[in-house]
Amino acid sequence: MSDNLLKVRDLKIGATVYPPGEKPHDIEIVHGVSFDVEKGKVLGLIGESGAGKSTIGLASMAYGRGGVKITGGEVWVNGRDILTTSHSDVRALRGGEVTYVSQSAAASFNPAKKIMDQVTEAAILQGKFSSKEAVSRAIELFRKLGLPDPETIGNRYPHQVSGGQLQRCMTALALCPEPDLVVFDEPTTALDVTTQIDVLMAIKEAIRDTGVAALYITHDLAVVAQVSDDILVLKMGDMVEYGTVDQIINDPQEDYTKALVSVRSIEHEEKEPTPEPVLKVQNITARYKGTNFDVLKNINVELHPGQTLAVVGESGSGKSTLARVITGLLPQSNGSVHFAGRDLSRDLAGRKKDDLRELQMIYQMADVAMNPRQTVGTIIGRPLEFYFGLKGAEKHKRIIELLDEIEMGEAFIDRYPAELSGGQKQRVCIARALAAKPKMIICDEVTSALDPLVADGILKLLLDLQKIEDVAYLFITHDLATVKAIADSIAVMYQGEVVRYGGKSDVLSPPFDDYTDLLLSSVPEMKLGWLEDVIANRKMESAGN
Amino acid sequence: MSLLVKLLAQRIALGLLLLFLVSILIFSGTIILPGDVAQSILGQSATPEALANMRRDLGLNEPPVQRYFNWLGGLLQGDLGTALTSGKDIAESIGRRLGNTLFLAFWAAVISVPLAILLGLIAVRYRERWPDKLISAVTLASISVPEFLIAYVAIFFISVRLRWAPSVTTINDSMSLGEKLHTISIPVAVLTLVVLAHMMRMTRAAILNVMQSAYIETAELKGLRMFTIIWKHALPNSVAPVINVVMLNMAYLVVGVVVIEVVFTYPGMGQYLVDHVSKRDIPVVQACGLIFAAVYIGLNMVADIVSIIANPRLRHPK
Repeated sequence: MSDNLLKVRDLKIGATVYPPGEKPHDIEIVHGVSFDVEKGKVLGLIGESGAGKSTIGLASMAYGRGGVKITGGEVWVNGRDILTTSHSDVRALRGGEVTYVSQSAAASFNPAKKIMDQVTEAAILQGKFSSKEAVSRAIELFRKLGLPDPETIGNRYPHQVSGGQLQRCMTALALCPEPDLVVFDEPTTALDVTTQIDVLMAIKEAIRDTGVAALYITHDLAVVAQVSDDILVLKMGDMVEYGTVDQIINDPQEDYTKALVSVRSIEHEEKEPTPEPVLKVQNITARYKGTNFDVLKNINVELHPGQTLAVVGESGSGKSTLARVITGLLPQSNGSVHFAGRDLSRDLAGRKKDDLRELQMIYQMADVAMNPRQTVGTIIGRPLEFYFGLKGAEKHKRIIELLDEIEMGEAFIDRYPAELSGGQKQRVCIARALAAKPKMIICDEVTSALDPLVADGILKLLLDLQKIEDVAYLFITHDLATVKAIADSIAVMYQGEVVRYGGKSDVLSPPFDDYTDLLLSSVPEMKLGWLEDVIANRKMESAGN
Repeated sequence: MSLLVKLLAQRIALGLLLLFLVSILIFSGTIILPGDVAQSILGQSATPEALANMRRDLGLNEPPVQRYFNWLGGLLQGDLGTALTSGKDIAESIGRRLGNTLFLAFWAAVISVPLAILLGLIAVRYRERWPDKLISAVTLASISVPEFLIAYVAIFFISVRLRWAPSVTTINDSMSLGEKLHTISIPVAVLTLVVLAHMMRMTRAAILNVMQSAYIETAELKGLRMFTIIWKHALPNSVAPVINVVMLNMAYLVVGVVVIEVVFTYPGMGQYLVDHVSKRDIPVVQACGLIFAAVYIGLNMVADIVSIIANPRLRHPK
């Protein structure tokens, strides 16, 4: 075991917390974690938010964010315990032996400096290369990572390249000083699926070609299965399971790992369209004020009562803009919105109370969609008062009914949003929307901020509620797995246009148009070797053309 | 590039518009001042006929709007008018005084701006430790004490006790630069103390704000030294808020030094203005007000322009 590059033994990490109304105190967030990474191997750290993945990753660089500090255990890098070495040794370790790739390259690059200066900075400062050598190595890495114009891209500023390109630049930044270990912290999570697959492949090839070892941190088991040799499953700072990728994916031992592997277990039978749709969007074209570019071009979709229309597409495809037009927040420049047997006014001010009541919304960020100073009871009670004039005992009874429907119960009525978990907050938002007895709810990326298991629970709840309340959902998402789970019909959007539209089974079965094919084949599958297969297929196709 | 040029042109046009509006304000402000110029020139014993003649000669009987445009027309041709009390050309008297004021402000700025930024950087580097607390305490103390008190204390110790520099700081053209600098050393030191705290605290706050960014963590994880991180990664992103406060303080050094000029009997604009306000010499007051406003607007415009240029998104569009 002595040739292990990274050896972590019984690592304990603490943090100071500041709970409201209590004295600040220390808590332990990682409770004794041990693992090894050999030279040239990749270890995947997987778990939900709060599992301590990033904290452990940064601990391998002797770094703690904010009030986080390492309280016990050992971290050995290249045969030396980095928790006990001097300040200057730790500096030589960071950016020299161990480097870091963060989730958001856009935030992690200094906006005021050229990309090249930032990529080569550590290598030059640590004395690994002269500045000339570092620049030529960076250009080599840009080329290897498939960046356009590798010779000159370094002269640009971070805002002048796309998100996917910047994430690759960040990988080049980490690889430039020839480190022994790279910590990848959710490097593809913020990217669209079609971009993610390219970045993932670039990272995988770079790891293989440079022989560097890596810690790969993610919440997405399907992604980590493509790049890792071993996997460590974490939950709330505890080790759950540690084994080879093959064993974890194909033969998980612990219940928690099994749940992670089998997530997305929802089955939903596609319903037939009814003669009278609840929502009919006709020839909608829209642009934002002060621009001369149509973000929506001639959109036509229908949604039937008690059914779900999923609108899928990458960021910037116009999904959320469509929701803004339907709700009246952005008046369309052309076309009409027909809802529940009547035409809706173009702008919000012209809509009647019943139009507002029957068309509700649930948002991605449940946190900011609720007033933090109101209790759950007040939040859910507000639409009951506003639309139905309910008061006192009657209102109280209805609130409790709604809390039961979202599987939370009476005990939550006096809680504040800050006292709820992410999934519970989203459930309260669902109850608030249901309180208005809507005919249709627009769900804008309602599960994308949630952990997979929690998201699964929310989707199940939405489907159950649909059966009881006969409400229709316009479900906006970039996640195709979610779409497969809950939709009756699907609209695929690309650059402001609907490129494919129809029943779920039609849209998801071949023959595909080019974009839908790209989108579908880019969704990571929990299967070893999936990434290579997809890339090989695409190469063959492009060679065939 | 065209977006940058457009923004800059907008900013300059806005500055000129503002100056025009300020000229209206100054003119109407001096009109509604109580008192009669003719009366104050001729004294209490003047006859009504003499007063009427005086008013006619001064153009005081014309409607205010016409007087404003006469004044503005003169300004645009560089004619600030003549002083009522001395009959001298205002532009000529102000020219020399303005030069003196700018000389004092320039040397105070040359010392205080780099010093404030350096102290700000040190405070960030050792934040919440003794160097930070010491710097904060000293600069706060110096801004809290009235400037004339600091001035008299400085005169007492440096000039009277130690005899290092004069307390009366009259300078003239026959002095060499070295002699001039020696003469104004105490007022420069006092002004530095007065403006230091504001700029230093803004530098500290702006950099600390940037230090929360993810790219600072990236820099830390590159193994850079703390001072390198602050200097190379944080400071370039704090330029906009810092430059705004620096320019405000530089404007103060030009227009707000009346007290210091009086204490040290320095022949600058401030003293000139105070003298003529007490004599009700309206044209001089108007001219001084307009020059002060121009300095203020100009320096703030420079701050805006620097902030715009410091933004890499505007300098290097996609």
